[in-house]
Amino acid sequence: MNEPKRPLPRADEFDTQAFWAGTKDKEFRYQQCKQCETVVFYARRHCTGCLDGELEWKVASGRATVYTYSIVRQSYHPFFRNQVPYAVAWVDLEEGPRILSNIVGVEDPLTEVAIGMPLEIEWEEHDDLCIPLFKPA
Amino acid sequence: MSQDRDAAIVGIHEYPSRDVEGEVSPLQIKAESASRALKDAGLNWSDVDAIYDAGEAGGMAGLTMAEYFGLSPNVIDTTNVGGSSYEFHAAHARRDIRAGKAKVALLTYGSTAHSNARAIGVGGRGGASMHPAENMDAYAGMTLIANYAMVAHRHMHQYGTTSEQLAEISVATRMHAMRNPEAVRAMEDLEFLDIRETTISDVVNSRMIADPLHLLECCMISDGGGAVVIASPEIARDCRTDPVWILGSGEATKYPMSGGDITTSAAAQSGPQAFLEAGVTPSEMDVAMIYDSFSITVLALLEDLGFCPKGEGGRWVEGGRLRFDRPNDGPALNTDGGGLSSNHPGMRGIFLLLEATRQLRGESTSQVADAKLAVAHGNGGMLGSRHAAGTIVLGRD
Repeated sequence: MNEPKRPLPRADEFDTQAFWAGTKDKEFRYQQCKQCETVVFYARRHCTGCLDGELEWKVASGRATVYTYSIVRQSYHPFFRNQVPYAVAWVDLEEGPRILSNIVGVEDPLTEVAIGMPLEIEWEEHDDLCIPLFKPA
Repeated sequence: MSQDRDAAIVGIHEYPSRDVEGEVSPLQIKAESASRALKDAGLNWSDVDAIYDAGEAGGMAGLTMAEYFGLSPNVIDTTNVGGSSYEFHAAHARRDIRAGKAKVALLTYGSTAHSNARAIGVGGRGGASMHPAENMDAYAGMTLIANYAMVAHRHMHQYGTTSEQLAEISVATRMHAMRNPEAVRAMEDLEFLDIRETTISDVVNSRMIADPLHLLECCMISDGGGAVVIASPEIARDCRTDPVWILGSGEATKYPMSGGDITTSAAAQSGPQAFLEAGVTPSEMDVAMIYDSFSITVLALLEDLGFCPKGEGGRWVEGGRLRFDRPNDGPALNTDGGGLSSNHPGMRGIFLLLEATRQLRGESTSQVADAKLAVAHGNGGMLGSRHAAGTIVLGRD
């Protein structure tokens, strides 16, 4: 039997496919409207700030901070049950987007993760895309 | 302030079992609850001309529930906003009755989540969905409890809230549960290990599930269901129960936004609408039935509904303030024993309406003396990401 794997996004989902395509090159892409400057994330086809918006793709630096987090101690998911304890977090990128991800690269997530902690992207490589995880900067 | 009395809860039923051992279906729980609630009101199937259904029992409810019940309603509403669906349904029923589209509205709920051994709380949200938001989230392995725990962590960070303060919610709720024989039987049937009143120390020393939330801050996963009958004033006058009037309602949703404040929920939008329409203030509430999926849910919602300023909830709940026998300190919280200790089959919203009605009829096992006003607030979805809020203000004559 194969090892259980991390659930991966669908690379062909209509709105987010361009984001996931960018991860192949380890680019964290987000959108900003040329008309009203609204930052749109997750990716969409329409501007959420104005009606005639023109969304432009930008690439984030990868610098980020922990907005909030939890350490999962119990999971029944075939993959994640073997990862406990692990950190899930809402992560604020310097450019604005907030993304749900994991904090990795810490010896002990129970003591080494904190709100406000500076982070940088750590890409986890898969066949058709990369997953943006975050580690202490 | 004059209040419109144009729709009232006239019949209720809470399905008594929390463990049907796979012998009863959700549809059967809905139908049995409906018949008992209609009987409670002194009405019959043939009186029902509007049905409200969240579709939790499956099968494209808008097409199939009327047939299952054997009804021919003029109004069919299948709003599904998770656990807050029933507050939305109550609001819509009142709206439809006011508009003259219906006279007797039936709301039902049935679930066998426990029998199905459905891991509501700790299942990873595996498998990528085709919804773009979920296509961004699923890889992180956020459990439902971790979602709420992230709200708690941020609340602690911003306002200095402590686990001991959050535990006050669990302690008061369990105290109420121990007075409710159905809640005690629920805990027995679900094999709770130590069924007794708890202390703050018990809660904060229970097993950590997702930091900073402990086991005794998490709701149970039960079977169950119930029904509510809402009627026009003309019908209500002839019912065998005293009417519990829907005085105001509010609806809202919230979702993750860049730069948004995760500690403030959609209740901050739905609550003021409901209180304004009812012409009352939170401080006048005798009873607060607040969706207690987790301790933090209640704390954030109490603040957002306006019982205390944002961030002060931790200090506000201290010292057993939420108990039913402290009427001068503000509303009694979840006097049936809540989702934490009485009934949580996945979508608890209907039970908030049921216990609020019992309180205003004087029928609760933790009765607040002379209770006149109650608020029922449902939170559907997930507090730490996308969720819905339904607020209903109820009052008796």
